[in-house]
Parts: sequence; C-alpha cells; structure tokens
Amino acid sequence: MMNLHIKNGRVIDPANGIDAVQDLYIADGKIAAVGGAPAGFTAERTIDAAGLVVAPGLVDLSARLREPGYEYKATLESEMQAAVQGGVTTLVCPPDTDPVLDEPGLVEMLKHRARILNQANVHPLGALTVGLKGQALTEMAELTEAGCIGFAQAESPITDTTVLLRALQYAKTFGYTVWLRPQDPYIGFGGVAHAGPLASRLGLSGVPVMSETIALHTIFELMRASGARVHLCRISSAAALELIRSAKQEGLPVTCDVGVHHLHMTDADIGFFDPNARLTPPLRSQRDREAIRAALLDGTIDAVCSDHTPVDDDEKLLPFAEASPGATGLELLLSLMLKWAEDQRNSNGSDALAQAIRKITADPARMAGLPAGTLSVGANADVVVFDPQARWQVAPSALASQGKHTPFLGYELSGQVKATIVAGHLAWER
Amino acid sequence: MHNPQLNKNGELQHLLTIEGLPKSIINHILDTASSFVSISDREVKKVPLMRGKSVFNLFFENSTRTRTTFEIASKRLSADVINLNIAASSTSKGESLLDTIDNLAAMHADMFVVRHSQSGAPYLIAKHLNDTKQNHVHVVNAGDGRHAHPTQGLLDMYTIRHYKKDFTNLRVAIVGDILHSRVARSDIHALTTLGVPEVRAIGPHTLLPGGLEQMGVRVFTSIEEGLKDVDVIIMLRLQNERMSGALLPSAGEYFKSYGLTPERLALAKPDAIVMHPGPINRGVEIDSKVADGAQAVILPQVTFGIATRMAVMSILAGTHA
Repeated sequence: MMNLHIKNGRVIDPANGIDAVQDLYIADGKIAAVGGAPAGFTAERTIDAAGLVVAPGLVDLSARLREPGYEYKATLESEMQAAVQGGVTTLVCPPDTDPVLDEPGLVEMLKHRARILNQANVHPLGALTVGLKGQALTEMAELTEAGCIGFAQAESPITDTTVLLRALQYAKTFGYTVWLRPQDPYIGFGGVAHAGPLASRLGLSGVPVMSETIALHTIFELMRASGARVHLCRISSAAALELIRSAKQEGLPVTCDVGVHHLHMTDADIGFFDPNARLTPPLRSQRDREAIRAALLDGTIDAVCSDHTPVDDDEKLLPFAEASPGATGLELLLSLMLKWAEDQRNSNGSDALAQAIRKITADPARMAGLPAGTLSVGANADVVVFDPQARWQVAPSALASQGKHTPFLGYELSGQVKATIVAGHLAWER
Repeated sequence: MHNPQLNKNGELQHLLTIEGLPKSIINHILDTASSFVSISDREVKKVPLMRGKSVFNLFFENSTRTRTTFEIASKRLSADVINLNIAASSTSKGESLLDTIDNLAAMHADMFVVRHSQSGAPYLIAKHLNDTKQNHVHVVNAGDGRHAHPTQGLLDMYTIRHYKKDFTNLRVAIVGDILHSRVARSDIHALTTLGVPEVRAIGPHTLLPGGLEQMGVRVFTSIEEGLKDVDVIIMLRLQNERMSGALLPSAGEYFKSYGLTPERLALAKPDAIVMHPGPINRGVEIDSKVADGAQAVILPQVTFGIATRMAVMSILAGTHA
C-alpha cells in the first residue's frame, strides 16, 4: 500500500459538497487529506490530474457478475476488470446466479473470490426466498453474516402476496432492506417490449406500464402493513415515478434506482428488432424517458445503476423475443452519466456534473448502507480519476467485460477513466 | 435509420415488411405481377427469369399452403427450389439459426424464403447476410410471428386493385384477430401507403392491439357499424387455440358477434368484395353462404398470390447489392 498524491485535479465529492481544483492525499488505504498535504506526508506516487476529474469510485447498485453458474457468459475475473476500467469500485450483485445466492456458503465463496482478485468491492444481495421461488424465506440473518447487504427477488416476482408480506415483516424484524423490481407476475410477464405503438407494429409481446404500477400499489400497501424498508430497482415509467414521489411524500421508507440505459433510450431504439436493445424492464416511451430524466434532477430517483448484464453471442444473436435480455454496462455507466450532464448543460446551461456523480457515488452508497462513495478524510480510498472530455467509441474491442452487447454499440461517448484506486492501491491505470 | 430491405440505391434488396416501402416499389411489384398472371394460363407455365438460381424455402414454422405457393412461383420462374422444413431438422440438433443460414449460403443459395414463428427473425437473417458480406443472397419474409407477411399484403393489394381499380376512394375493413395477425399489419401498411382514405379494424377489445390509431386505422368493436358502406372486407382466420380462454369465451359466441353472415355483408356496399388469407374456418369467422357467394374473391386471391410472389422474387433476383 503506497502513499498517493493526486494533484491539480477537479475534485468532485458530492457527499461533502466539494467541487474545486484541489490535491488529494492517500495513505494506508484511506483518504489522508483533501487540499493541503498532511504533516509528514511523502508521496511514493504522484498522479498529475490537471484537466481531469477526481471523484469517489463509482458505486453500482446492480452488476451481474455471472458467478456462480454462468461462467460462459462472464467470469469474476473479466467483470472485475471491467468494473475498475469503468471506474466502479463498489458494486452490488443480484442473487440470480446458478445456484441462486440463497445459502451463506455461496455468498462466502463469492466474497472470497472477489477479495482475492483485489479489485472492486463486491456486495451480494441474498435471495429473499429459497431458490427465488417465492415460497420459503431464506436464512436472512445467516446470509447477512456471510456478507449480504439486502435481499432481492431479481427477475422472479413473488406471486403469493402472503409470502411477500411475511418476507417484508421478517426483514423489518432485523432491519434489512428488501430490493424489489416492481413487476406484476401476470400482466406483461414474458413480454419483450414496451406495450405501445411500436410493439404493436413490430408484433412483439408487450409489457404494459401497469405491470410496474400494479406491483407498486401492492408493495406500498405491504410496506404500510409491515413497516419494512424497500429499495425499488430499475424503475422504467413516468407513472411509476409519480407513485414513488407520493409514497416518499407520505413518508414510506422507500428508495429507487433506474438503469442507465433508460436515461437515454426509448423503445424506438429497438429500430429493426435490434436484440441489443432487448432489456428488462423494456425501454419505454419518450414521455417515460423525459420523466426519468426529470426525476433524476429532482431527487425522486436515488441512484442510477449500470444494470450490467453480460450476455454471450449465442444468446443475443437470436430473433428479438428469443434473445436474452440485458446489456453490458460497467464500462459505460460513467460516460452515460456524463452524457446526461452534458444534455442538461445543452438544454438549460446548468452544470449537472456534480449531480451526475452524486447519483453514482454518494447516494447509492448511502442508500445501500455502504462505507463508500465519499472522499471524506478517513474514508476508504476508493477513487476514480477521469478525463471528462476524452472521447471513445463503444466497440467490443474497447470493453474488458465478457459481455460485448449494448444498444450503445457504435456510439461515441465522452469520459475516459485514467486511474481507478481501490482501498489505496492502483487497481487500474490507462 | 437505414431501412435494411433497401440497398444504397433505394432498390429492393430483401422483402421484409411493407412498412416504409415507397409507393413506387409497391406499384412496381403489382404491375410486374399483372404481367405474370397470364403465364399461369399458358400451356407452358414457365418463364426463364430465374433459371440457374436456387431458392431455399426455409420454414421454421410449418405452413404447407404458403410454402407451396412460393414453390410454384419459383418453378414458374425456372428457379431450382429446395424446401427445408427446419422446425424438424437442424435447430432440433442444436444448430443455431445463423449457423443454418451460413451453411445454406455456402451451398450458393440465391434467395431465402423465410417463415418463422418469431417477429423479426428475417431481419436477423438479412442483417447477418449483410454483416458477413453475403448480401447477394436475398431474403423474402414469408411470415414472421405477429409482425409481417408482406407477400400476403401485396397479393391482397393486387386483388383489391384488380376488382376496385383505384385505392384512393375506398373503405376497407379488416375483421377479427388483429392482435395476432401479421396479415393485418401488412395489409394496414400497404393500404395506408397506397392512399386508402379509411382503413377499419373490427374486433373485440381482447383481439385489438393498442396503437392501431397511430397506424392510421379506425377501430370498431361492432361489426354492424364497422361494415357499413365498406368496399372491401378482409376476414382474418381465428386460430383454434384462441377460440376459448381468456381472449374469447367460445367459437360459437365469436361467430355470433363477429362472423360474416349474408345479413352483415348486406351492410357493406352492394359491390363489396370479401377476402380471406385462408385457410377459412367455416362457421367460425365466415358463413359458408358468404365464403361460397358471389362477392367472395378468396380463390382468386390464391391465384394472384402466385403471380405476386413471382413478381417479388424476380424483382429481387434482378437487384444487386
């Protein structure tokens, strides 16, 4: 572990309200000082960050690492490399592996494997029910001891509302957060595109917005009954955001995130059946996208995640409805948030860069209860140094992830990571 | 967005859908078809336009009828036809769709006629051929999922033009299971492109997809209101598996509410024609008296279908990437 001095960079640390050109000092794996050097500090390595941004390492609330069980799609090695190349130093992975993360041993093994690689910090979500089957509760206390930071059903909604109520009551008992993606188990289940004019024209089975809103009404009622804290994953519609806004006003302990693709794209990006635009939840209408962008600005949305889902060619080069949903995202998250900030500047002249960074650092860390996403003195030295102007083209060869499929393929984006520091060590450097 | 069925000169490279096709291309196909109609009446029913060309009928979904019409059309153009019932062969051995395509392209195919149960499958094939620089091979969509059945749409237009001459003063009603119908979608795009002022869709809410209005369609749930003063009635086939369940309670009730009877036909214009893509379900969507009546043009549709498919294939075969 070396002493690092990152000088002349624009330090953006939303957790502490800092946005200024300052020096950052790292010692013993921790942030030693911001501004002036601490007494007796000698740098073993100095990074000149003039013209670059220095920010907390990104905190990604959903990245599928595909281990265990789907190593042909991706391995921990490839995806951890992708994380640090994308500036992500902390990530939460959902439990839909094979076997699913419903036993402490599996969680311990995953954490152990990740620790050996010594790159990003991995925080698994445990399965809320055994096998994600929606019937029996998992050993949540044991799983928490093994390292789970919350409990989720991933893409398997619980059909029996009694089980969901019990799961929320049990989680509330121990103060655990339940992560749910609101989707009705019947309406739109198995659909492949936003139910709208485009899906009708292309003859694709639709997922109506009410699939999301019906589930939300149920979840909110069960939250009122149980008092449990719920984090809502991958919100996709304007109507859902409106419901979440009023639930927050009511005082329900609820937070939410969106996948970064939904910030930019709509169902029109499916074009002529592009399987790269087959995502879950589906890309929705322009009105929904505008509502997501507005909700990010007004704070209704607490975090943006990459929803990183590596899919291999054999499962993507298929007719649209047969293609596996999902896109690679760890290496695009930063650039796509910068793109959002750039769009804000172009539309109303505001500087939304700090807000963009907040939604992928401080806010998700706070929401998930993780000691990350900040450059406070004494905090773990998880830092990303990036060039906000540098352009790069999204191409399979530019990605470390084993997942090469993204609807942004061919796009030119701004924002290139120059260095990623995890717990004080240089995990990646360009 | 680049339309994958046109080449860089705007010529038809593949036929994947009618949506977005310029009116001039549709008219060119219909005019060409018209010149082929008489060939079928000759003693020697062949022209040498595709001599030496290989047409592969790739039917990932079974369909004797459509496959046969493509086969006849190919043979009348003097092409060699190879029929592959892929549902029963390679994909069941685990070979991927695109592997199958590469193998067949390596056998020097000139044209793939593709039927697939998934919407968009022919796009995947056309894109793959373009990406792998095999775009001399043409793709004809012979029906993909609920998405499109462009040769059926074109033969329907041929039929309407044959009987009604002009599209710009017509009312056309499409009746039945619009939700699951690729024929309905192709017909709607063709009719609106050719300038039909009023396209109607008639059916119960459970069989009507959302967004029909955005496609330029007037929606009716009452067949009596919907058929009033129309010039053309296109009946759709109701699939057996949809006749009872959550979409419809029974075939009997469907016929009672939406079946085309002589009484209902009388609500349309006196010279209205009745079309159906076949095969018909007598007593489910159409009364035998109508199906066999003077206004039905269901069998001429089949005849025109051969000429239309000949037109599509010969035009594609003459287009170079």
